[in-house]
Amino acid sequence: MSSSASAKTAAPASTRAKPANKAEAAADYLDGRLGIYSLAKSNLRKIFPDHWSFMLGEICLYTFIIIILTGVYLTLFFKPSMGEVVYNGSYAPLNGIRMSEAYASTLNISFEVRGGLLIRQIHHWAAIVFVAAMFVHMMRVFFTGAFRKPREINWIFGFLLLFLGFFDGFLGYSLPDDLLSGTGIRFMEGAILAVPLVGTYISFFLFGGEFPGTDIVPRFFTIHVLLIPGVMLGLLVAHLILVFYHKHTQWAGPGRTEKNVVGMPLMPVYMAKAGGFFFLVFGIIAAMSAIASVNPVWAYGPYRPDQVSTDAQPDWYMGFAEGLIRVMPGWEIRAWGHTLNLGVFIPLMLFPLVLVLIAVYPFIESWITGDKREHHILDRPRNAPVRTALGAAWISLYLVLLSGGGNDLIATHFHLSLNDITYFVRAGSFIVPVITYFVTKRWCLGLQRRDKEKVLHGRETGVIKRLPHGEFIEVHAQLPQDKLHTLTSHEQYEPVELPAEVDENGVARKVGLLTKTRAKLSEGYFGEHGQITKPTAEEHHEITSGHGHH
Amino acid sequence: MSQDMSDDKLPQAHGAGEGHGEVAAADNPFADPGLPPHEPRRTDIDERAAKRAERQVSLLFIVSMLATVGFIASYVAIDPAKIVYIFPLGHISALNFALGMTLGVALFCIGAGAVHWARTLMSDVELPAERHPIEADDEVRADVIQQFKTGAGESGFGRRKMIRNTLIGSMALVPLSGVVLLRDLGPLPGTSLDTTAWKEATPTTPIRLINVNTNLPMKAEDIAVGSLTFAKPGPSALRPDGLQESDEDFQQVIAKSALMLIRIQPSDIKDAKSAALGFEGVLAYSKICTHVGCPISLYEQQTHHALCPCHQSTFDLSDGARVIFGPAGHPLPQLKITTDASGYLIATQDFDLPVGPSFWERNA
Repeated sequence: MSSSASAKTAAPASTRAKPANKAEAAADYLDGRLGIYSLAKSNLRKIFPDHWSFMLGEICLYTFIIIILTGVYLTLFFKPSMGEVVYNGSYAPLNGIRMSEAYASTLNISFEVRGGLLIRQIHHWAAIVFVAAMFVHMMRVFFTGAFRKPREINWIFGFLLLFLGFFDGFLGYSLPDDLLSGTGIRFMEGAILAVPLVGTYISFFLFGGEFPGTDIVPRFFTIHVLLIPGVMLGLLVAHLILVFYHKHTQWAGPGRTEKNVVGMPLMPVYMAKAGGFFFLVFGIIAAMSAIASVNPVWAYGPYRPDQVSTDAQPDWYMGFAEGLIRVMPGWEIRAWGHTLNLGVFIPLMLFPLVLVLIAVYPFIESWITGDKREHHILDRPRNAPVRTALGAAWISLYLVLLSGGGNDLIATHFHLSLNDITYFVRAGSFIVPVITYFVTKRWCLGLQRRDKEKVLHGRETGVIKRLPHGEFIEVHAQLPQDKLHTLTSHEQYEPVELPAEVDENGVARKVGLLTKTRAKLSEGYFGEHGQITKPTAEEHHEITSGHGHH
Repeated sequence: MSQDMSDDKLPQAHGAGEGHGEVAAADNPFADPGLPPHEPRRTDIDERAAKRAERQVSLLFIVSMLATVGFIASYVAIDPAKIVYIFPLGHISALNFALGMTLGVALFCIGAGAVHWARTLMSDVELPAERHPIEADDEVRADVIQQFKTGAGESGFGRRKMIRNTLIGSMALVPLSGVVLLRDLGPLPGTSLDTTAWKEATPTTPIRLINVNTNLPMKAEDIAVGSLTFAKPGPSALRPDGLQESDEDFQQVIAKSALMLIRIQPSDIKDAKSAALGFEGVLAYSKICTHVGCPISLYEQQTHHALCPCHQSTFDLSDGARVIFGPAGHPLPQLKITTDASGYLIATQDFDLPVGPSFWERNA
């Protein structure tokens, strides 16, 4: 009787130590429900290596957060409607003008909502910095080979984020329904109409009939604030989970190997540095928005399809597409009652194609090297001359096309002929990347030679010594071992060789075209002209032992 | 094809597998010497320097607090309409500047304080952490594959081919519902891109050309040689008041029907067909660029060239609006015009070509 009563009331004693304070008690409470101790065990003191270029990705993350925060604020005041109103507000020059509610509410945000203009400007500036940071972050990852196994999939996620960032930026730019944004959408209509077979149908379904219709702003609004950011948020989380899971890459150096990661722990140093960096980025963007106005829509007026301003340009990241469309010759094929507008369709296809080439690069390179190992040590750009040269060539193409997209501005600011700029861009799109490729590759090889020289002969001390027989020599000082290790720790691939023409039984072997292509590419990457052979310990020993002269 | 190429071309990863902290063997000067010893910072060894850093961090946080107070004060006190002159920015909104700068300082100082704290007072000892291969070991791999096989075997997915194939078929088809549902996003294009509001004009029911700026009909003598005028359709049976900005479909109609009128000495017109479509040297061209549809608005009097400001397609208006530069693929459509009994310019038929950018169904 008594024993059963006591069994009902007495809970089994917890084996866990008593919490020392309220914070520990709270943590214990959460652990019992969420399992936070197991989660934090390996992450609280997770090691992050330090390098200034690793913060580029952080800028992307923080600007994305700023865009979401300010975007939510803007949706509270913006009316995504193309219903017509006659403006009667505090911006006098547009009083009495007919415009859409979208444009009127943008004016309202800019002039009547206190702080509204600031938030609009922060939203737009953050978007510009976001795309720019994604570009530069991607370049960092490309030029250092950080995309190699196991990070290829994360490279794809990053690429998709960039691609979606482009489009969400374009859609956001279109929402205020001002003269400039309407012109941008009209450009999009023209581009869609150039698609063979289905272009007119896509256009009519997108605009809800003929351009411009009344559906475009509400439709773009939903895509801009819900669909694309939702997808991007998912990709971003996946991107970050993978960064955490793979652990960060690091530069070569003493004590740094493929099997460890050297740096400082998340708590407290990285929490303070990364958390603080968010506020730095936000603070700088807020100050920029106070000082420099971007997209002053009130100066353009509401959209009317029969009006346009000069100097009509998209945000810079679309300048590459704008350049393609401006410099393309107006080729049209008319046959069998149909028109194929190659002058617009080719640029429309080239735009994603150039981007997709970047997306698949990791797979191309790993196919050429045949390397299935994990890589966590970064390449110095000079030690991968072909890759670096390809990246530089791509950037030069981007810049050439960007100057094509701004040909009118270049013409007026530098007093050049607009036509000449266009001709230059047409030719330059083919020539400049090739020149850039060769210059960059030679440059990298030169830097590799200099590294080799430094390793074998030491650094110049600036001390001139006269020898007893009258000869002057400059004294070189041996590099310390950590420097020697850093400069010689990169990997060098040997070019893949084609298999022997006959196999072990003396039967002629069939070598496929792919295999041959791969051998050719591999020769280009890692052959005689693709890299400088690393100095060896023997060479170093021979030179420094005093037996040989140099 | 990778099988017939050996892996021995792959480099030996330098330093991989060597533990840190090992002193290199004397015969390899390139060996990894291991992590260098930690070098203390000034704040690590000088308590006064550490105290100073502490005060600096706190000062930054205090500045942030003051800036936030300044932000709230600006929000309350500054009139949104107030414009101030600030060198070198020029005339700008006082409220926007005050809010942005105070918010900027408030945020920046939190960040600067945190980073300064981390850099001067938190430990800067670098620690190594081991990496583990992402790939599972063979035992785990074999175990998981076995589990999967068991599960797959229990489902009978591989064995019952009819179920498998019909499942794949149904899964492949069901997304079509989503595509079909998009059909009502808009009407079918039909032939609507081929015509404009001028299509109602016939020799018996002509449509007057209305000046966009004055909203009045125009006579040929109103247009000076070398000038550029913009026009829209006047009254018609469907639209007794002519096209008005207040019309519900104004944007759609003007997007295709906008006209650009120029007057050239008849002797300067190079294209006979184009001259015949005009009236005493007054030529009416579509204002919509045939490249991607921007309105063309830059006209050079001396050469009769019209340039689209968006992508710089250039048309020679004296030569049937032929493309002489830029990405446009065909000339601007021209509207046949004449005058009515009162001398006003009228159109008696639609454009000779579809207006605006090319599209697949365009047959001209």
